[in-house]
Amino acid sequence: MDNVDLKLFNKIEALNPDINTCMACGLCTATCTAGNFTDMSFRKIILMLQRGKDKEAIELVKKCMMCGKCMMICSRGINTRNILLSITRIYNEEQNI
Amino acid sequence: MRPIFDPFVLPFVISMTFVLLYCIIGMIRIIFQLPKEDRRKFLRSLIYPKSALKNFRDLVNDCLFHTKIWKRKPLLGYMHMSIALGWFMIIIVGHFESITFSPLRGLEVPFMQKMMSNLYLPIFFRYFAIEELSLKAQIFSFLMDFFLLMIISGIFIAVVKKKKPKKVGMKRVTKFGIKEDMVRLSLWTIFPLRFLAESSIANIAGGSFLTKYLGFELVFGGNYNETLSMVFWWLYSIDLAIFMTLLPFSRYMHIPAEALLILLRNAGLKTTEPRKGYAVAEIYSCPSCGLCIDVCPMSEVKDNYKNTAVYFIRNIRKGKRRRDVKNMTEKCLMCGKCIEVCPLGIESLNIKIAQRKKTYYKIKSDFSYLERLQDYKTTRPQDDLSAHSQKTLYFAGCMSHLTPKITRSMTKIFKLANENFEFLDADGSICCGRPMMLTGKINEAKALIAKNTELIKKSGAKKLVLSCPICYKVFKEEYQLDGIEILHHTQYINELIENDKLNIDRSDKRYAYHDPCELGRAFGIYDEPRNVIDNIGLLTQGKSDRDMSACCGGSIGSLTMSMEERDEITKNTIKDLTLNQPDEIVTACPLCLKTFARLSPIEVKDIAEIVVEGLEG
Ligand code: SF4
Ligand code: SF4
Ligand code: SF4
Ligand code: SF4
Ligand code: SF4
Repeated sequence: MDNVDLKLFNKIEALNPDINTCMACGLCTATCTAGNFTDMSFRKIILMLQRGKDKEAIELVKKCMMCGKCMMICSRGINTRNILLSITRIYNEEQNI
Repeated sequence: MRPIFDPFVLPFVISMTFVLLYCIIGMIRIIFQLPKEDRRKFLRSLIYPKSALKNFRDLVNDCLFHTKIWKRKPLLGYMHMSIALGWFMIIIVGHFESITFSPLRGLEVPFMQKMMSNLYLPIFFRYFAIEELSLKAQIFSFLMDFFLLMIISGIFIAVVKKKKPKKVGMKRVTKFGIKEDMVRLSLWTIFPLRFLAESSIANIAGGSFLTKYLGFELVFGGNYNETLSMVFWWLYSIDLAIFMTLLPFSRYMHIPAEALLILLRNAGLKTTEPRKGYAVAEIYSCPSCGLCIDVCPMSEVKDNYKNTAVYFIRNIRKGKRRRDVKNMTEKCLMCGKCIEVCPLGIESLNIKIAQRKKTYYKIKSDFSYLERLQDYKTTRPQDDLSAHSQKTLYFAGCMSHLTPKITRSMTKIFKLANENFEFLDADGSICCGRPMMLTGKINEAKALIAKNTELIKKSGAKKLVLSCPICYKVFKEEYQLDGIEILHHTQYINELIENDKLNIDRSDKRYAYHDPCELGRAFGIYDEPRNVIDNIGLLTQGKSDRDMSACCGGSIGSLTMSMEERDEITKNTIKDLTLNQPDEIVTACPLCLKTFARLSPIEVKDIAEIVVEGLEG
C-alpha cells in the first residue's frame, strides 16, 4: 500500500493546491454535463488520483466536455475545470504503464 | 545665395533612410507570414476600387483624425489628431512648399543630389529658404506655422496627461521603462525645437504669426545670432534622428504598423497564429495607450491589472518567456471589453485563442459515447398544435440546466403564447462546444458541435430558441444549421411581445439589466431585453452598460482565475448595477445569474422569470 504512485496527483496538487479542499460533497457529479450520458464524476477523479489509480481517472477525464458547470457549483470554489485541463496536459501514458 | 546642403541634415537623412528600410522589410515579412489564401485576399483587396476607397477613408479617419478616440475621450482625441494630422500636414505642405519655392530652382544640380535634397529639404526648408513676399509664399508660411502650433498644442495636452491622467479622464495609465521615456521625450521636443530653429532665422527665411512674430520677435528679441541658430538646427536634426532610430523599438512603431493593420483588416483577415502575420501587425499597432486597463474587469483585483491586454501585447512583442504569455492568456475572462475600447481595434482575444490552441494536451477527449445517443429525449407538451403551426425548438443548453428557473419560465412562456414548441434537451444536453473552444481544443469542440448539429437538424424545426448566450455565440459562429433561425430568448420574447402574443401587466418594480458579454458586445443585442423590461417595469441605469457592461466574474473564458478573484469582480459588477437602487437585477445568461445570485444583496432573476411574473401578476 505504501508504494502507490502518486506522481500525477502530486504534480496536479502543485499546480492546483485547491484540489485538497475538496470535501467529496458530490455536487460536481450531480451537475456534470458528461455525467448525464456516462459515469463521469469529478469527485471520483479526485479520489482515484489520490489513490494512484491514474489510468481509471484518465478514462473519466477523457469524457469531460469542459463546460465548467462543476466549477460553478462546487461548494469549495475549486477551479475544477483547470484541474481537469492540467490532468490532460500533464499525464504521460507511457510513463504510467 | 544660401547653400543647398549643410552637414546638420545628416543625422536626419541617415535615420530616416534606416526607418524607411526597416518598415518596408517588416511589412514584407508580415505579408509573407500570412497564410497563402490570406495573402491573395490581401493583395486583391488593394486593387479593387471599392476596398481601395474604404482603405483610404479608414486611413484618414483612424490614422489622421483618430475619430474613434474622439468618440470616447474628446480631449485625448484632439491630442492625437493634432499631433498626427498636424505632422502629416507639415510633411505634405512642406513638400509642396519646397517644390514651389525650392532653392534649387533654376540651378544645375546633379540628379543624385536632387534626390537626396528631396528627403531633407521639406523638413529643413526654412534653413535653406529666403523670405518671399508673394501672397502664395505667405499662405504657405501661414499654413506651416498653423500646423506647427497645432502639434505643439497637442504635445501640451500630452504633457498634462502624463502628469495628471485624471485631467484627461483616465484612472490608470500604462507604465513605461526608461527607453520609452526617452523616445517620448525626443518626440515631445521635436516640434518645440523646430519652432526655435525656424524662429531663430525668421528674419532671413521668413515665417508667419508663430515663427516670425512670436518666435523671432519675442523669444529671440528680434536678434539674429548665427551660432545660436545653428545650435537649434543641429538639435532639431539630432532629435529627429533619435526619435526615428528608436521608433522601431518603441511603442511609436504603431504609427506605420497601424496603417498596415487597417489594410489587412479591410481585406477581411484575422489572426490565426499568435506570433505571425496578422498578429504581428496587431501587436506592433498597439501604442500602449492604456485605455484597456481601466475597463478590464481583471484590474479589480490588485495585481491582476498586469494581465490586461496592453501588457499581454507588450509581453508578446518583447518575446517574453512563453510561460508568462501563456499564463496571461489563460487568466483572461475573454469578456471582450478591451477590444470594444481599443481605438485601434486590436482583437487580442483572437491572439489569445490562437495562443491557447498551441497548448499541447497529451490526453485527447474521447466522445465516442455520444455516438450511442440517437435522439434527445424531447418533451412535446402540445401535440395538438403541431398540425397548424411551425414548430419552434427550444434548446436550453447545459448551463441553463443549472438554473431550472429559466427553463421552467421559458416553458411557461411558450405555453402562454400558444406556441408549438419542442423542448429539445429537457433531459440534459451535450455542451454547445464553446467552453471547449475557449480552452483551445478546437477539434474536440468540433465533435460536440457535430453531434448537436445532427440532433437539432433531425427535429425539422425552422426556429431555434436558446437561453444561454454562450451557446448563442457558438451557434451563430460555428454551427451550420442551414436555414434554421437562431434566437436568444430575449429576442424571442421581444418578438412575442411585439406580436401581441403575451399580455403583460406593467408594475412599478425597478430593474437593473446586466448585458451578458456574449449577447451584448458579441452581437449587439442591447435593445431587445430593454424593450422587454420596459413592458414589465422600470429600467434603472447602472454605472456602465451596453458595450461597457462589466463581466459578471463567472466567465468560463478564464481557465485559471480563482474563485476569490472572481468574487472581487462579481462584487464590483453588482455595485455598478445597483447604483440607482433597483429592486432586482435582471440578467439574460444562466452563468451570470448563478454568479450574481451567490453574492448579490438583492434578488437576481433571468429576464424570462420576470416575464412570467408579469404574465401571472
Ligand atoms: S466541466 Fe467536465 S466534469 Fe465539469 S461538469 Fe462539465 S463535463 Fe462535467
Ligand atoms: S463539488 Fe467541489 S467539493 Fe464537492 S465533490 Fe466536487 S470538487 Fe469536491
Ligand atoms: S477580454 Fe476582458 S478580461 Fe480579458 S483582457 Fe480584455 S477586458 Fe480584460
Ligand atoms: S490594446 Fe488597444 S486599448 Fe489596449 S493599449 Fe493597445 S491600443 Fe490601447
Ligand atoms: S457569464 Fe455572462 S457576464 Fe459572465 S462572462 Fe459569460 S456572458 Fe459575460
